[in-house]
Amino acid sequence: MTLTYYLVLAAVLFTIGTVGVLVRRNAIVVFMCIELMLNSVNLTLVTFARSTGTIDGQIIALFVMVVAAAEVVVGLAIIMSIYRTRSSASVDDVNLLKY
Amino acid sequence: MTGSETLPADGLLAASWLLIALPLAGAAVLLLGGRRTDRWGHLLGTATVVAAFVIGLLCTVQLTGVEGRSVQVELFTFIQTGNLDVSAGLLFDPLSALFVLLITGVGALIHVYSIGYMAHDNARRRFFAYLNLFVAAMLLLVLGDNYVALYVGWEGVGLASYLLIAFWYQRPAAATAAKKAFIMNRIGDVGLALAIFIMFAQLGTTSYAGVHGSVGLLAGGTVTAIGLLLLLGACGKSGQFPLQAWLPDAMEGPTPVSALIHAATMVTAGVYLIARSAPVFDATPTARNVVLVIGAVTLLIGAIVGCAQDDIKKVLAYSTVSQIGYMFLAVGLGPAGYVAGLAHLLTHGFFKAGLFLGAGSVMHGMGDETDMRRYGALATRMKVTFVTFGLGYLALIGFPFLSGWWTKDAIIEAALDHGGTWGWVLGGVAVLGAGLTAFYMTRLMLMTFFGQARWGDGVHPHESPPVMTAPMIVLAVGSVAAGFLLVQVFPLSGWLEPVFGEPAEAAHVVAPIVVSVVVTVVVALGVLTAWLFVGRREVPVTAPVRVSPVVRAARRALYADTVNESLFMRPGMWLTRALVFVDNRGVDGVVNGAAAALGGSSSRLGRAQTGFVRSYALGMLGGAVLVAGALVAVTAG
Amino acid sequence: MSTFPWLLAMIVVPVVGSAVVAALPRGRDHLARQLALGTSIVVLVLAVLATVAFDTGGERFQLTTSVAWIPDFGVSFALGVDGIALVMLLLIGVLVPVVLLASWRDPMPARRSMRTYVAWLLLLEAMMVGVFVATDVFLFYVFFEAMLVPMYFLIGSFGGPRRQYAAMKFFLYSLFGGLVMLAAVIGLYVVSNSQLGEGTFAFDALRQLDIDPGVQKLLFLGFFLAFAIKAPLVPFHTWLPDSGAEAPIGSAVLLVGVLDKVGTFGFLRYCLPLFPDAARDLAPWVLVLAVVGILYAALLAMGQSDMKRLVSYTSIAHFGFIALGIFAFTTEAATGAVLYMVNHGIATGLLFLIVGMLIARGGSRQVRDYGGVAAKAPVLAGVFLIAALATLALPGTNSFVSEFMVLIGSFPTRPVFTILATVGIVLAALYILLMYQRTMHGPPRGVLLENDAPASDADPAPDADPVPGGSGAGGATAVLDAPAPAATRTLRVRDLDRRELAVVAPLVALVLVLGFYPQPLIELVTPAVEATMSDVGADPDGTTPSAGQPTADRKGND
Repeated sequence: MTLTYYLVLAAVLFTIGTVGVLVRRNAIVVFMCIELMLNSVNLTLVTFARSTGTIDGQIIALFVMVVAAAEVVVGLAIIMSIYRTRSSASVDDVNLLKY
Repeated sequence: MTGSETLPADGLLAASWLLIALPLAGAAVLLLGGRRTDRWGHLLGTATVVAAFVIGLLCTVQLTGVEGRSVQVELFTFIQTGNLDVSAGLLFDPLSALFVLLITGVGALIHVYSIGYMAHDNARRRFFAYLNLFVAAMLLLVLGDNYVALYVGWEGVGLASYLLIAFWYQRPAAATAAKKAFIMNRIGDVGLALAIFIMFAQLGTTSYAGVHGSVGLLAGGTVTAIGLLLLLGACGKSGQFPLQAWLPDAMEGPTPVSALIHAATMVTAGVYLIARSAPVFDATPTARNVVLVIGAVTLLIGAIVGCAQDDIKKVLAYSTVSQIGYMFLAVGLGPAGYVAGLAHLLTHGFFKAGLFLGAGSVMHGMGDETDMRRYGALATRMKVTFVTFGLGYLALIGFPFLSGWWTKDAIIEAALDHGGTWGWVLGGVAVLGAGLTAFYMTRLMLMTFFGQARWGDGVHPHESPPVMTAPMIVLAVGSVAAGFLLVQVFPLSGWLEPVFGEPAEAAHVVAPIVVSVVVTVVVALGVLTAWLFVGRREVPVTAPVRVSPVVRAARRALYADTVNESLFMRPGMWLTRALVFVDNRGVDGVVNGAAAALGGSSSRLGRAQTGFVRSYALGMLGGAVLVAGALVAVTAG
Repeated sequence: MSTFPWLLAMIVVPVVGSAVVAALPRGRDHLARQLALGTSIVVLVLAVLATVAFDTGGERFQLTTSVAWIPDFGVSFALGVDGIALVMLLLIGVLVPVVLLASWRDPMPARRSMRTYVAWLLLLEAMMVGVFVATDVFLFYVFFEAMLVPMYFLIGSFGGPRRQYAAMKFFLYSLFGGLVMLAAVIGLYVVSNSQLGEGTFAFDALRQLDIDPGVQKLLFLGFFLAFAIKAPLVPFHTWLPDSGAEAPIGSAVLLVGVLDKVGTFGFLRYCLPLFPDAARDLAPWVLVLAVVGILYAALLAMGQSDMKRLVSYTSIAHFGFIALGIFAFTTEAATGAVLYMVNHGIATGLLFLIVGMLIARGGSRQVRDYGGVAAKAPVLAGVFLIAALATLALPGTNSFVSEFMVLIGSFPTRPVFTILATVGIVLAALYILLMYQRTMHGPPRGVLLENDAPASDADPAPDADPVPGGSGAGGATAVLDAPAPAATRTLRVRDLDRRELAVVAPLVALVLVLGFYPQPLIELVTPAVEATMSDVGADPDGTTPSAGQPTADRKGND
């Protein structure tokens, strides 16, 4: 059924996001990949909401969007300040929090 | 026990606790009072002991009028819980009366002597405090009516002995000798303690009356065990083989201490213990025979070693070891020997104390020199000392009709009367011991009082003050007369009858007169030999080096210290070191090792935290996949 | 008056005192000391009054107070004492003021104040009281663990050079044991839940349980481990020498004198009555640990060069005697063991204090730095000797009574173990007299020589005493704040001053009084011990002589 297409798309988006997080070094790109993963989940939620005819999924998706927006604000601020102090946006350069 | 009831005390006897309390109070006042009591401390110390002697005398007089000649004084409950009931009680009977008089009598004389002897020591007050403490503990030892009280006194005299040997504690030798004495005594004390434990476990009581009354209920092996353990205790306190090595070292203490504690009283406590425990030993021939053997062996060891010593106090110390061997031998003979042994104990108390005081007087005049090779020709310089010492000497070697002759001959007779091969062996040993005694004592006399003067320029021999010579004279009189009095005038056997029962008239193996003659001849031989070896020729100031192995062995006390050292001390030291290592590296090592292992593994695991965000992300992914996989597996399965 | 909550007061008073002292402004150290001393004396008075209010012939637990605490789990704040706990309270009451007085002029490490020190001490006192008076197992556990906190800070903040290490070791060891015990406590709750239908932690209820033997053994071991670490028995002992050596003297006295007694107290109060079958089955193993401890620790004590470590090792040996007395299962031995707990607190407390006073003068903990002290400080040497004699259990000192009772009481049921333990009394004489001889006797040596003698007439060979055995030992070689030579020249070894005499006098008096007249204490303890013995299935009337009829009958026959 049509449900499958949506879900496959969501899965593909999620995978792209995951791989992106794992392989890319640029913090901005990693960040965008995380957004991609969140939105793929949103897509799944909305899909199921539609197919079961309830609105729970949609509500949760809205929550995710709110959280994602807040996260973008905090995350970008952190990336900005790191970039200012270290002149680099690579996540591999910020490894001070270790053993 | 003769079956007569032990009566509760009345009159002065009820106050016999004063005997212990007075010297104890004296010690307390002197120790707590500090320097304030310096001026009159010695007088107080002496007064308490004299008072105790008077009380003891009065008590004894009163005792003669008491039915059964035995009274009990209940003081207070010491320990009472469960089935254990130990009361602090005193038993005043002929045996304890005897010891009370000896302790307080000789003790008082020696207190008086010490006033002079310690006059120049600025710690004289402390000395009298310790002496008083000793008298109190010793009186508790002989007056207690149960084995626990005896044990308390037993260790109490050990403490007093420790304190007094270490009186000049600045000298390492004195401090070490004191410690040695205490430790060897404690080894003996373990025996005494275990004997008490067995009594309690088997009979549920530790009182003399209870234990002695029901010894018959015990199995033979148990009685033997008790007897042997008591003997171990007695050996420790009395310097008997194999625990004899501490006694000669104890001569590091001031000479009055040697006279009082290490000659006249404390070291005879072992004899008291065995005599007091007569019913136990009566029930176990095995233990009794061991007592005999110990006595005979010690008698010879002491006499042989005494022949080769150059230190005047050591000669007397080994003589004490040997004489106590005689007493052990006597009490080991059983009923036939108790009275003889105790009689010798009393006369020995007189003449040995006198000899030690004489030795102290000599040292006093010779600037604390103890090496007899540096004496000589003192007879004219110290007339009183010479005469009193000489009388003590004659009494000790058994010169006819002096104290030692009466009592030592009685022991030798009793040994021969023991019968059979045993009797001949024991009698022979005792006779041989008498000969050796004559030899070493004559050697001592000759080296000290006769021959050439060998002392250095700085020494000016002089007679001691009257406060010192007076006790020596009293003791010398005792040395002369005590034996006659105790055997002929006031027979000890009659006095002690309530304790040991009717003395049995033994069938003599050898007629007493023959024994006396033989012994006298042997003694004369000993004296003669000593004169041949020592009196006839010049005594070298330093001991000759080229001597026979026998002499060398005797000089080193038959290697007793060497044996102790190589058998116990060195292995003990190694064991201690090994255990310290084990504890630090082994037991603690395991614990610290576990801690270190935990810390190490955690820091190694910490390495996984690389700080690379993407590796964390990978980890999270892996985890998520794992969880998802598990969910799928569960729902599918 | 009989309804007055004595026990609660004994906990509350020191807690309040501690809070007040801690809240004092900086720099008011003297006021802090005085307040703390006053508080501790109030506790002592309370303990004495509680003893007066206690009826030896009455109920097992008296002066009880009980408030529901966590009703959902059946936990209540229940307090009460039997004779055993009561004598421990008296011991605490006596020791804490003495310790406070002894710490009066203790030098404090940098950035630590006397105010904090005494505040922790008072808090510790409250916790120690709590642990002995709790009759609810959960409450007991709470106090048991809470006790660690003040002691951790006392060692870790105010101790010697290696205090951090020692404090951590002490804490981890105790915490480990405590957690295992917590598991057993919960297990006990579960069992009570299934048997009584309602879970409870009340000691009296738990005592009635009939626990399956296998479970009993496990629970017993859970409790036992905690107590064996606390007591400590070999091989769980290695924390004690470190803590004892590093702790400031006052804390060391409380640590060894009271805190460790919680272990032996726990054996008697919890291990025996709650798990009688397991206790009987496992007693031989415990006795092995006890006897090994007596001999092993005594030998180790001989090998120590650090006086405080030495004293700690002597305590381990003494704990072996206490364990022997408890696990021999006779009234005589167990009464002796309880007495031993008190007497050891007094005797070892005295020994620690006097050693501390010596260390305060010489600035070193090493035996080899002293010698001939008796000539310079006779009173100090005399008190040292009394403490030493009490440690080796000489008759006439309090320790003799308890040691004798333990041994004579254990002998009928456990002759072999007792004989081995009795050998320990020779070793005790050895280790204690070796230390005494090396420090007090002989010619002046070590710090004395540096201190007293001008350079010109100094003895040329200060180390001439070749007494073997001691200095070769490994282990602790830490010298306390090794003083610079220049500083020591001005420092003289003086004798005990008035304050120090006031510190030792009560303990010396107790040593002697309890040595000659211990019966009042015995009477206080005996009923509780008899109850414990009947819990564990031993004859509370004491041992029966194995030969012939009882003594009383025989006396008539004579």
